[in-house]
Amino acid sequence: MIATYPWLSAAIWIPIVFGLFLLSAGRDRSPGVVRAVALVASLIGMLVTLPIVTGFDVGRTGPQFEEKITWIDSLNANYHLGVDGLSIWFVPLTAFITVIAVLAGWKAIGERVAQYYASFLILSGLLIGVFSALDGLLFYVFFEATLIPMYIIIGVWGGPNRVYAAIKFFLYTLLGSLLFLVSLVFLYQASGGSFDIFAWQRMPLGLSAQVLLFLAFFAAFAVKVPMWPVHTWLPDAHVEAPTAGSVVLAAIMLKLGAYGFLRFSLPIAPDAAHHLAGFVIALSLIAVVYIGFVALVQTDMKKLVAYSSIAHMGFVTLGFFIFSPIGMEGAIAQMVSHGFVSGAMFLCIGVMYDRTHSRNIADYGGVVNTMPRFASLMMLFAMANCGLPATSGFVGEFMVILGAVKYNFWIGLAAGSTLVLGAAYSLWMYKRVIFGQVANPTVAKLTDADPRELLAMGLLAAAVLAMGLYPRPLTDAMHASVGQLLQQVSHSKLAPGL
Amino acid sequence: MSKLNFFAVLPEAVLLASGCLVLLADLFVSERRRNLSYALSLTALAAVALCCWRLLDAQVVQYAFGGMFVTDPMAQVLKLFACLATGFALVYAQNYARGRAMWRGELFSLSLFTLLGVMTMISANNLLLIYLGLELQSLSLYALVALRRDEPRAGEAAMKYFVLGALASGFLLYGMSMLYGATGTLDINEIAHRIAASQVANRPALVLATVFLVAGIGFKLGAAPFHMWVPDVYHGAPTPVALMVASAPKMAAFAVAFRLLVEGLLPVAGDWHVMLLLLALVSLAVGNLTAVAQSNLKRMLGYSTVGQMGFMLLAMQSGVAGGTTASTAAAYGAAMFYVISYSLATLAAFGVMLLLSRQGFEAEEISDLRGLFRRRPWYAFVMALAMFSLAGVPPTVGFYGKLVVLQALLADSSSVPVVWIAVIAVLFSLVGAFYYIRVVKVMYFEAPVDNQPFDAAADMKIALTANGVALIVLGVLPQYLLALCSSAMVRTLGG
Repeated sequence: MIATYPWLSAAIWIPIVFGLFLLSAGRDRSPGVVRAVALVASLIGMLVTLPIVTGFDVGRTGPQFEEKITWIDSLNANYHLGVDGLSIWFVPLTAFITVIAVLAGWKAIGERVAQYYASFLILSGLLIGVFSALDGLLFYVFFEATLIPMYIIIGVWGGPNRVYAAIKFFLYTLLGSLLFLVSLVFLYQASGGSFDIFAWQRMPLGLSAQVLLFLAFFAAFAVKVPMWPVHTWLPDAHVEAPTAGSVVLAAIMLKLGAYGFLRFSLPIAPDAAHHLAGFVIALSLIAVVYIGFVALVQTDMKKLVAYSSIAHMGFVTLGFFIFSPIGMEGAIAQMVSHGFVSGAMFLCIGVMYDRTHSRNIADYGGVVNTMPRFASLMMLFAMANCGLPATSGFVGEFMVILGAVKYNFWIGLAAGSTLVLGAAYSLWMYKRVIFGQVANPTVAKLTDADPRELLAMGLLAAAVLAMGLYPRPLTDAMHASVGQLLQQVSHSKLAPGL
Repeated sequence: MSKLNFFAVLPEAVLLASGCLVLLADLFVSERRRNLSYALSLTALAAVALCCWRLLDAQVVQYAFGGMFVTDPMAQVLKLFACLATGFALVYAQNYARGRAMWRGELFSLSLFTLLGVMTMISANNLLLIYLGLELQSLSLYALVALRRDEPRAGEAAMKYFVLGALASGFLLYGMSMLYGATGTLDINEIAHRIAASQVANRPALVLATVFLVAGIGFKLGAAPFHMWVPDVYHGAPTPVALMVASAPKMAAFAVAFRLLVEGLLPVAGDWHVMLLLLALVSLAVGNLTAVAQSNLKRMLGYSTVGQMGFMLLAMQSGVAGGTTASTAAAYGAAMFYVISYSLATLAAFGVMLLLSRQGFEAEEISDLRGLFRRRPWYAFVMALAMFSLAGVPPTVGFYGKLVVLQALLADSSSVPVVWIAVIAVLFSLVGAFYYIRVVKVMYFEAPVDNQPFDAAADMKIALTANGVALIVLGVLPQYLLALCSSAMVRTLGG
C-alpha cells in the first residue's frame, strides 16, 4: 500500500533536513559539491511527491495520505497532514519549482552558496507543509516560517535595493498574518479548544463573527496573493530578489494566499464570503484591468512580469468568488499554470540578466539573433502568459471567463479584457527585447542558453504544453473536492434564529 | 504548617551555603586561579537546579517556617529557570569580565545572592519575606551594576537603579503596610481568607493598598509607566549584569505578582485586573514605539523588555476573567511560559553581544553587529533566532509565548472588547517585529566593518550553541515546556 508510507512528511522533511545539513556542513571552498548536494536533495524531494500524485484517488472528497500525530497536547494541536483535490497539485508543483530554482542559481550565486541553497531547500519543505497542513496551528507555523528564508534570500543575495524590499516584504506579510493568528485563536476558543480545520468548517458561526474572521483572513491572504491595493510589496520584492527567489516567490508563495482562501475564508466563513463577494470581485477586476495597464508601461522586465502576476492572480480570486464549479476549477488551474509560466518568465529574464546585468527593456533588442534557442523557448512562455490556447495559461483563464460570463456578463467582459491586455504587455515586451536589429554591442556578444538553462526552461516548457494540451487529469483531481467546497459555501452556517 | 520543614528550603539552603563558600574561598584564590570560584559557582548552581528538579518531581505544595515559605510546582519551575539563567549569564560573562577587571569573587558571590533573593521572592508566602527577598535581590544587583568602579556610566546607572529601586520598594512596602492594616495579617493565604470572609471593614484601604502593590510590581517588571529605569540600567550596566537584571528578576517579579495579586488579593481582582490591563497596553505602546528609535542594542532590548512585559501582563490580567480553574491556570501558565521564553531569547541575544565584546571594545550598538553573518554565520544565526523569538515568529519558542497569551486573552471569546485588545496587542508586536528584524538586517544584509577576529572559551561557545538550539527546538516541539508550565500552574492552583 502506497498510502501507508508518510509521503507527505517525507516531502516536507527531506528538503529541510538536507537544508540543515548544508547549513551546518556546507563550505564556501567547495561550491560545486554544495550545488550537487542541493540538486540531489531537490530531486529526491521531487521524487517523493510522485507517489502522492499517482496514488491520489480522484473520486474521494476528504483528505488523503493523512498523517495524524499528537503534537502539542496541552493545546490540542496535532501534526495533521493530508492533501485533497484543492491542494494536491501544489505539493508536486513546489517540489518541481525547487528543482528549477536550484538550477537557476547554479552560476549566478558565487558567495555563501551553502546558505543560499539551504534557504531554498528549507523554504521548499515549509511551503509543502503549508499546502498539506490540516491543523490550524501547524498551518500557521509553516505559513509564517516561510517568511524567514525568503527574507534572507532577498536581503542577502538580492539587488541594490534589497534591504528595503526585504523589510517591506516581511512587514507587509507579517501584518496580515498577525491578524490571521488572532482569528485562529478566536476559532480555537469558539470551537471549544480545537485547531482542526475541518471542525472549524463545520462549526456554526454568527454573521458578525464570520465577517470579522473573513476580514482577518483577508488581511493575511490578500497581502500574500497579492490583491490590489496591498500589492505594492510584490514589484519591489521581485525586482530585488535573485532569479530563483523571484521564481519561487511568483510560482509558489503567491499561491499560499489563494490557497488560504480555499482552505479558510470560503468554508469557515461562507456567509461572510457571500456578503463580501462583490467587494472581492471588484478588487479582482481592478487587479486584472488596472494592473494590466500598469504592466503595459513598465520599463523593467521583472517589474512587468511582477505586475502581470498580480493581474493573473486577480483571475484566481475572481474565480473563487463567483461560486461556480467551472470558475473555481479554473482558478485552481490558473494557480498551477501561473506557477509554471511566471516561474518560466522570471527564469528567462534571469538568463538574460546573468549575461548583461540589466533588466531594462531598452537595453535589449534583437536578442533572437544571438540567442535563437532561448528566444524560441521564451516565445512559448510569453504566449502562455497571454493565455494562448494549447498552453497552460489558456485553461484557467478560459474557465474563469466562462464562469464569470455566466455569473454576470459585464464582469465576464471586464475579465475578458485580460486577453487583450495580457497579449499586449507580454508580446510587446517580447517584441522589444527579442526581435529587431541587434541593438547594442552587449546584445551582440550574448551567447545562447547553455544546456543547464535549456534543461530548466525545457522542463517548464514541457509542463506548460502538457497542461495546455491535456488538462483533464488536472481538473479531474479537483472535481470532488471543489464540489464539496462549493456545497459548504452554499450552506449557511448561521444558526437558525440568528 | 507550623514545622520548619527543611526539606522544602533545600535549594535555598544549598545556595546560601555555596554563596558563602564562594565568598570565603575566593579570598584564598589568586588572580590566576579565579576559574576555581567560577567552577564552584557553576557547580553550586547545578546542585541548586537539581534540588529544584527533585522538588518538582515531588509535586506537592509544601509550607516551611510556619507558613512563611511555600514551595509549589510553579515555584520550582521558575527557580529552575532562574538557576539556568544565572548559570548562562555567568558563562557568557567570562569574556567580557576578564577584559575589564570584573572577573572577581564579588561577581560570583553577588550573582549567587541575587539568585537567592530571586528564589526567596518566588517562594515567599508572607509580606515580610517578599520584601526581604526583594531587598536581597535588589541590593546585590545595585552592587553588581556598580562593579566597574572606574566606569562613570556604570556608576550613574547604579545610582539611578538604586534610587528608583528604592522608590519602588517604598511603594511596595507602603502597599504592604496598608494591606496589613486592613487585614491584620502578613500571611498571604490568611489575607485572602480574611478578605473573602468579608472581615475587612476598610475596603478603600484595601484598594489603595492594591494600587501601591501594583505600582511596585510594575516597577520591578519594568512595565510602563514605571519603566524609566529600564533602558538606562540596561545601557549603563556592564553587559553581563544587564543580562542578570533582564532575566531571573523578571521571573521573581512574575512570582510576586502571582502571590500578591492572585493568591492574596483575588477577592479584589475586579480592581487590579483593570490596572494590569492598563499597564499592559501602555507598556506595549511605549516599549515598542520607543524601541524603534534606539540605535544602541542594549537600550533597544531594554525598551523591548517593556513591551514584552506588557504582553505578559495581558495574560496575567485575563486569568481572573475566565472564571473556571482550568482557564485561570491556563492564563497564568501562559504568562509563566511567556516569561521563560522571553528569558531564553534575551539570554541568547546578550550572549552574542558578550561574545563580540573584547578588551576595550563594547559591542553594544546595533551597528556593531554589521556583517556578522559573513564573519561567524552560526552566531549570527543564534542572534537571528533570538530576534525572531522575541518578535514571536515561528518556528521559535517566542511564537508559542505569543500564542498562549492570545489564547488566554481570548478565552472569553464572546466578549468583543477582548478581541480588539488582542488586535491592538498584535499590531504593537508588528511594530516590535520591525526593530527586531532590523537587527537581522544589519547582521545579514550589510558588509562587515570590524574585522577583528574574536574567540571565546569553549564552554561559552557550547552554552551559546545550546541556547540557540533550545530556541528552535522548543519552537518545533514546544509541548514539553508548555505542559510543564500549565501542569505546574494547575497543581499550584488546585493545591
